[in-house]
Amino acid sequence: MRPSVIVKSPQDWKLPPHLADYAAQRAAFTWDQARSQLDGLPGGGLNIAHEAVDRHGQGPRRDQVALRWLGKNGQIEDYSYADLMALTHRFANVLQTLGVAKGEGVFVLAGRIPELYVAVLGSLKHGSVACPLFSAFGPEPIATRLKLGEGKVLVTTEILYRRKVAGLHGQLPHLKHVLLVREGSGPQPVGTLDLAQIMDHVGDAATPAATVAEDMALLHFTSGTTGAPKGAIHVHEAVVAHHATGKYALDLHAEDVFWCTADPGWVTGTSYGIIAPLLHGVTSIIDEADFDAERWYRILEEQQVSVWYTAPTAIRMLMKAGPELAGKHRFPKLRFVASVGEPLNPEAVWWGKETLGLPIHDNWWQTETGGIMIANTPALDIKPGSMGKPLPGVDACILERREDGSTRLVEEPNVEGELALKRGWPSMFRGYLHQEERYRKCFSGDWYLTGDLAKRDEDGYFWFVGRADDVIKSAGHLIGPFEVESALMEHPAVAEAGVIGKPDPVVGETVKAFVSLKPGHAADDALNLELLGFARKRLGAAVAPKEIAFLATLPRTRSGKIMRRLLKARELGLPEGDLSTLESGA
Amino acid sequence: MDDSQIRQALLDILRRIAPEVEPGTLLPDAKLRDQVDLDSMDFLNLVVGLHERLGIDIPEADYARLTTPDAITAYLKAKLG
Repeated sequence: MRPSVIVKSPQDWKLPPHLADYAAQRAAFTWDQARSQLDGLPGGGLNIAHEAVDRHGQGPRRDQVALRWLGKNGQIEDYSYADLMALTHRFANVLQTLGVAKGEGVFVLAGRIPELYVAVLGSLKHGSVACPLFSAFGPEPIATRLKLGEGKVLVTTEILYRRKVAGLHGQLPHLKHVLLVREGSGPQPVGTLDLAQIMDHVGDAATPAATVAEDMALLHFTSGTTGAPKGAIHVHEAVVAHHATGKYALDLHAEDVFWCTADPGWVTGTSYGIIAPLLHGVTSIIDEADFDAERWYRILEEQQVSVWYTAPTAIRMLMKAGPELAGKHRFPKLRFVASVGEPLNPEAVWWGKETLGLPIHDNWWQTETGGIMIANTPALDIKPGSMGKPLPGVDACILERREDGSTRLVEEPNVEGELALKRGWPSMFRGYLHQEERYRKCFSGDWYLTGDLAKRDEDGYFWFVGRADDVIKSAGHLIGPFEVESALMEHPAVAEAGVIGKPDPVVGETVKAFVSLKPGHAADDALNLELLGFARKRLGAAVAPKEIAFLATLPRTRSGKIMRRLLKARELGLPEGDLSTLESGA
Repeated sequence: MDDSQIRQALLDILRRIAPEVEPGTLLPDAKLRDQVDLDSMDFLNLVVGLHERLGIDIPEADYARLTTPDAITAYLKAKLG
């Protein structure tokens, strides 16, 4: 039998870890000292793009490869820090030319192509607010987010524009400019601009906008149980946490080749797929292609990746692909592997040790926290299945939420409650855009309540238990049931819809919808497929249900809310009686 | 089984996963995942569906070969041999 703890020793380290003495360094840590490791702008401001790009583009690392882009058809393109500085200067100048003001939203909807990275960093440099959208979203999630975020500029590709955005014209009053990455030689779609062409027409010198620490920098949408998605606001000061967590949780050293497999449409792909590696001056690998086991092993080997940050779904798919495939590759440079998105099962932690030669380090954070909060770090023993311990500068605890809204600190070990973080870390979200009340409700005194249920053991390790709400977690991404239900409700045959996460061994949960029909519609296979296609066209494959079941009526609370938990209990064959107390207001 | 029967099987399975697809618009020599919005779960379901329908095993190591409708058809044909 495998032991319950993976004990670390200095022989395991290929490089001395930044966080070698957890207790002592945590005790000595201050955010002020972390801040002093960054440049800042002349005159006292702070700008993420300056710290990530210009600082190195003008310094001794100017010729170092910042981004190595691997195209899905086998192309490789390298961008040095100096190249990236020039390109992001150009993009900032494009925004300047278009009259985009500081604080205005620049949305980027694209696969993992170089232009996405240039646009996000160039927007930050210009002082506008960057909002990367997941390119697999369908037209509805795109429209909802552009509207909520009052996006003034959209950077996208010609294909995505034609498929998903062109039909939204008229619904987006704030959208003034659409910048296209051209893919064909046909006529420029009406109302759009050719990104490459206008990039050519501006200079490659620029000065970062005089942003200060509390200026809004990034907008990341996340899903709640009810209502529209929430736009979590992050400010330029988040860069302090991006840097510190890149150092302590991912152990980035200047000589590393780092690969974060997350898409920038999700917060991990921005904080750690764009910003953190550049802050540390490392070479960051970007793979345009979707998951493919053979390709991924080849990238790890050929690109000599030394630090790898990936997700449980991908790890489980690699496990499924079998040891023979892994055995064809060698990873002598790989020295640290981390995972985020959902709890990593102990089996997967051990798989890393046995197959890659390194255990996998799970960590925990969420859109609202902006950066890694709780982590298994290189020098810390791993308890497989645990998310690890709070990083330096992060205070975490377990709170019990009482009926009246007040909270009690749970001090006893191994008692379940809501995971909470003491406010004050630099990458804490500063609000949900235009939803002040929802933001306020996330806090109890000094504590930010995460919505995740967890427990802390006697050694201070945290263990994830589940979500406190009905949000679905599929392949590490949060999906709001309300958004899916709303799309289904638009179909003329649908009377009501309730959406749950159905447990799945590979992706954690898949989206399953229960639907009741209006009179006159037959609950048959043809309608089922029609609804499936209807939802997929609107929401995109990543958000739409994988399965739809018809019910005569959906269970509701007395106040009329659909009881998703009851639907889920039935789906799982759990006793329903236990759940009545869980549904408040039932 | 000839090519057209194999292709029909592929389309039948695809239609249950992504019913929004109009089979007539699929290009035979362009990557399926560039033409149809399939996430990794959908792709796995497609493989499972082909396995169930045609009774052939598709090892994970071969997934990378399942690219275009033509390539998938050729792969399945060779397997059915």
